Amino acid sequence: MELKAATVSPPESKKKSRWPAVKKHRFYYYLILPGLLYFLIFDYVPMFGVIISFKDISPFEGVRGILTGEWVGFDHFVRFFQSYYFWNVLRNTFLISFYNLLFGFPAAIVLALLMNELKNGLFKRFVQTVSYLPHFISTVVVAGLIMMMLSTDNGLLNAIIVFFGGEPILFLGEPKYFRSILVVSHVWQTVGWGTILYLAAMAGIDPGLYEAAKIDGANRLRQAWHITLPGISHVIVIMLILSIGGLLNAGFEKVLLLYSPAVYEVADIIDTYVYREGLTSLNYSFATAVGLFKNLLAMTLILGANYFAKRMNQTGIW
Amino acid sequence: MGGIKPTRSERIFDAANIVFLIFLSLMFVIPFLAVLSTSFISAEESMRRGAFVLIPERLDFTAYDVLLNRGKIILNAYQVTLFRVIVGTFLNLLFTSMLAYGLARRSLPGRNGLVLFIFLTMIFQGGLIPNYMLMDTLGLKDTLWVLIFPSLVSAWNLFILRNFFMGLPEELEESAVIDGATPQLILFKIVIPLSMPAMATIGLFYAVHHWNDWFGASIYINDINKMPIQVIMRNILLTGITQNEAQLEYVRNPPPAATLKSAVIIISTLPILFVYPFLQKYFVKGVMVGSIKG
Repeated sequence: MELKAATVSPPESKKKSRWPAVKKHRFYYYLILPGLLYFLIFDYVPMFGVIISFKDISPFEGVRGILTGEWVGFDHFVRFFQSYYFWNVLRNTFLISFYNLLFGFPAAIVLALLMNELKNGLFKRFVQTVSYLPHFISTVVVAGLIMMMLSTDNGLLNAIIVFFGGEPILFLGEPKYFRSILVVSHVWQTVGWGTILYLAAMAGIDPGLYEAAKIDGANRLRQAWHITLPGISHVIVIMLILSIGGLLNAGFEKVLLLYSPAVYEVADIIDTYVYREGLTSLNYSFATAVGLFKNLLAMTLILGANYFAKRMNQTGIW
Repeated sequence: MGGIKPTRSERIFDAANIVFLIFLSLMFVIPFLAVLSTSFISAEESMRRGAFVLIPERLDFTAYDVLLNRGKIILNAYQVTLFRVIVGTFLNLLFTSMLAYGLARRSLPGRNGLVLFIFLTMIFQGGLIPNYMLMDTLGLKDTLWVLIFPSLVSAWNLFILRNFFMGLPEELEESAVIDGATPQLILFKIVIPLSMPAMATIGLFYAVHHWNDWFGASIYINDINKMPIQVIMRNILLTGITQNEAQLEYVRNPPPAATLKSAVIIISTLPILFVYPFLQKYFVKGVMVGSIKG
């Protein structure tokens, strides 16, 4: 059993002198073993599974294909880069997540500023409770709510349009509305929860600063501009940099739940394309190649974002 | 307020702010209220009044009756969801805390390498198809365990908990060691009781994940008896019918599709809506803990 523990710790030059220390920690190695096995099986095995993107395997062969499949090198990647879908899904992925960031990010800051101005603690807690709510609702329910609100026969929004003499609009089937629906619902889902860290940072600002500003005759707007915002600026910068790492996450599940062929041109993102190619068309190798491309791109963004965070703040996320 | 009276413009601002935030709060609540009222509309009223009905003339419970009393699909799905919430969250906490506690030990040989081993999974993943093939190979498809095993330990929660363990005062353990306590005793008698609040917060995040997860179950489970509520709800939202068509015959006036869809949203969301306000502060605490770098 000691052997197992020893293999877990990476071999080093002074391994021999480490033996007593390893033995002494036997109990802790037993504790971490199940968790490490989990990461090995459910994370590292799929990581090495990306090898199938360089092969041609058919889903009917199962895993045997990983060994027997024909090696095709970068064929699948080349096919993806040259296909019509490449630019389409790349553009949609970036645009949707960029718009989400553009509208969702400042919205949380503004909401936090407005909540911070409330003097009535009870009302403030009410607004917080209500605005955090969407964070706890499943994506299926969010998609369901959107479908119900926008429905042409008894949706609330179309009822309002008809009331004012308009024609009902099939919102989810119209390319020109689809991204806006995603972005608006994204803001609805995230704006409340996004205020938590800002409100915490605001609570840490020295009240004396506000007193001094009041004596100097600064009104509330100026106080917010000159005291509150600078007081939370470090949080803002970190949050902004971190969100750059997520620029490829355009909200896969919500898109998958809401889109339809009618809006593919504006709605299809990398993840939904991988889903269709892989699980609907059963092009396992090709879908894995597209997924690998996305994951490498995402990794670059995350590492880059963390690098900047470190330079700005001397502390990364890690 | 420090003896300085609010000026007229400040009072106007305060009033406007309150009005705006009330309006905003309505925006968060209205979709739920609209769905709630739609879920009570009978077939007859829907035919007669058409379009969107804000307030039903009469509360019609047919949709709830159809979903809950005629056919077992919803109740069965609820059982599956409860199973994954209870068993899943328990296993999540067990595996996460064991790993976190071991990795929190500063003197553990090879610790940095092990942390890197886990950290790498946060920045690079195999992707959809390799995962799908893995579940297939392991024979997990169409079993309830596929709802639990693939997300057994979240690296993010793991590091939060590890930071918490590392923040416990070392003197506690040192004095226990002097008194002759074994590592096991220290873990069960000192560390676990001290970490209950942290475990509760992490457990809540895991539980909400289990309650809300749809995608994993939607691709790995084909057996209708093993589908959690989110998958069943999605199917009803998509088709507007329950999959108990046989039972529907007994209903004299089957509810309109919109009513049925609304009712299933309410049924699946109500538990969270009821529990959430009481647990909110734990969630908020969890966000704060996660943001502090250890």
